[in-house]
Amino acid sequence: MMLEKIIALSRKSSPWVCHFNSGGCNACDIEVMATLTPRFDVERFGIQLKGSPRHADILVCTGPVTKQIRERLLRVYHQMPTPKYIAAVGSCALSGGVFYDCYNVLGGIDRVLPVDVYVPGCPPRPDAIIAGIVKVLQKMEADALELGDQGRASAAEGGNSRVSH
Amino acid sequence: MSDMEIPVGPQHPALKEPESFRFELEGEIVKSVDIRLGYVHRGIERACQDRTWVQAVYLIERICGICSHSHTTCFCQAVEDIAGLEVPRRARYIRSLIGEMERIHSHLLWLGLAGHEVGFDTLFMYAWRDREVILDALEAISGNRVNYGMNTIGGVRRDLTDRDVEELRSAIRILEERVGYYTDVALEESTFRNRLEGVGKITKQQAIDLGTVGPTARAAGVNVDLRRDDPYAAYDEIPFNVVTAEAGDLLAAAEVRLGEIRESIGIMKYILDNLPDGPIAVKAPRRIPPGEACSRYEAPRGEDIHYVRSSGGDKPERVKVRAPTLANINAVAESMKGVRVADIPIIIAGIDPCFSCTDRMVRLEDRISGRVEVLRWQDLSRRYRR
Repeated sequence: MMLEKIIALSRKSSPWVCHFNSGGCNACDIEVMATLTPRFDVERFGIQLKGSPRHADILVCTGPVTKQIRERLLRVYHQMPTPKYIAAVGSCALSGGVFYDCYNVLGGIDRVLPVDVYVPGCPPRPDAIIAGIVKVLQKMEADALELGDQGRASAAEGGNSRVSH
Repeated sequence: MSDMEIPVGPQHPALKEPESFRFELEGEIVKSVDIRLGYVHRGIERACQDRTWVQAVYLIERICGICSHSHTTCFCQAVEDIAGLEVPRRARYIRSLIGEMERIHSHLLWLGLAGHEVGFDTLFMYAWRDREVILDALEAISGNRVNYGMNTIGGVRRDLTDRDVEELRSAIRILEERVGYYTDVALEESTFRNRLEGVGKITKQQAIDLGTVGPTARAAGVNVDLRRDDPYAAYDEIPFNVVTAEAGDLLAAAEVRLGEIRESIGIMKYILDNLPDGPIAVKAPRRIPPGEACSRYEAPRGEDIHYVRSSGGDKPERVKVRAPTLANINAVAESMKGVRVADIPIIIAGIDPCFSCTDRMVRLEDRISGRVEVLRWQDLSRRYRR
């Protein structure tokens, strides 16, 4: 449908982002916060950090995923409306990083959720995080154009089945 | 009126880190609070036992991204103590310098978040803009904005060049002016004052009884500061004042933190003027001789304690970390009683919590029966609460 295509395309002009710390050391989290502040100021581009996952298009996830947080991370993911995109920020969100062999750590967001964009660094600079979000936007646009008529909603249903329970 | 329970967290707009609080309310008033920690527990203490001494330094640095230098300095001091290493004077000065820069960035971060929690977003933006000044200086010296990787066992890894010193001096000039402005804003601006005054109050006796540390204790009038009481690094040679306040509320906490930024700027100036020449590190042996040591450090949030034991191998036998937020969290639970729901976020933010430092658990092993029991924080406090 034309209307859905327009909605999908216009979503990328003002994506709302939700931030979730899945057990990281805070370093990535303060850098995610720093992207909002005057030096980097992503709100210029319509990107807003939202408190609730129910309003978010993109989940910015940091941390190596501890065993305790896994359930909560899944719950946050399922609370997001489709289409949903995930950006894993920081070395430990990518692979576990320095915590790779800790007993309480699963080792990376992609062990639990389908990740769209990986931002490496310990912690990544705010510039790198913004570059990662821009990559997500490109993906959003590509998805909108490719799926067009069906919208991404049905694809996201398939996306959900990628989630391991 | 029937009681109501509100769960807050682990994912919540007012919390930057995943922690869960359960508030029991009567109308608008908080009756009691149950704190559930442990979402960020990663098992760092155990993982240290599988790392070599040098690798452990980098793991310890990732206990917390905000006070990373505090943890590594504390750990390195303990290891140097066991190995009997004499850290060069220049290295001790550089450690103190980075420590003070970290304190400034951490306190500015707190000021911004406190402004954000009380709905004063302009202060948040201003404080974080000026925080970039100190982050730039840290990046110029160490190569990274947040986890600096400056410490190694036996000294520091990077030297200060003359250019760094010049850049630092100009950063100090900017900061000095801005911090003076924030002190005026925080202590005179009525929107900020009215939200903080009398909120989250603890008395001096409570602060002592609950074992609070750092700015939380100093805001209640407890005159304690490890930099003066048990000097480490170069603090025995540096003159500075310990900032305290009497009121014990969040306004006093803001007053103490802003005063500490000014003191930190003074310490930085002294260090830059009196930086001794010489080597920046001594060579540490690969195997640390058997022994144990306890090291203390005044982190931005309070007293950080590391206990390290070596059995003579190339890996630590045991590392134990007591981070400052764990000592302060009881004060949050206490000062929460009787406050309004709207004040909850700022009271939690008031101690400048760092849960990634705090999340611990205790593993009890009965040597006779071989029974192993894992206790989380709340199990432990339930069991030993009198």
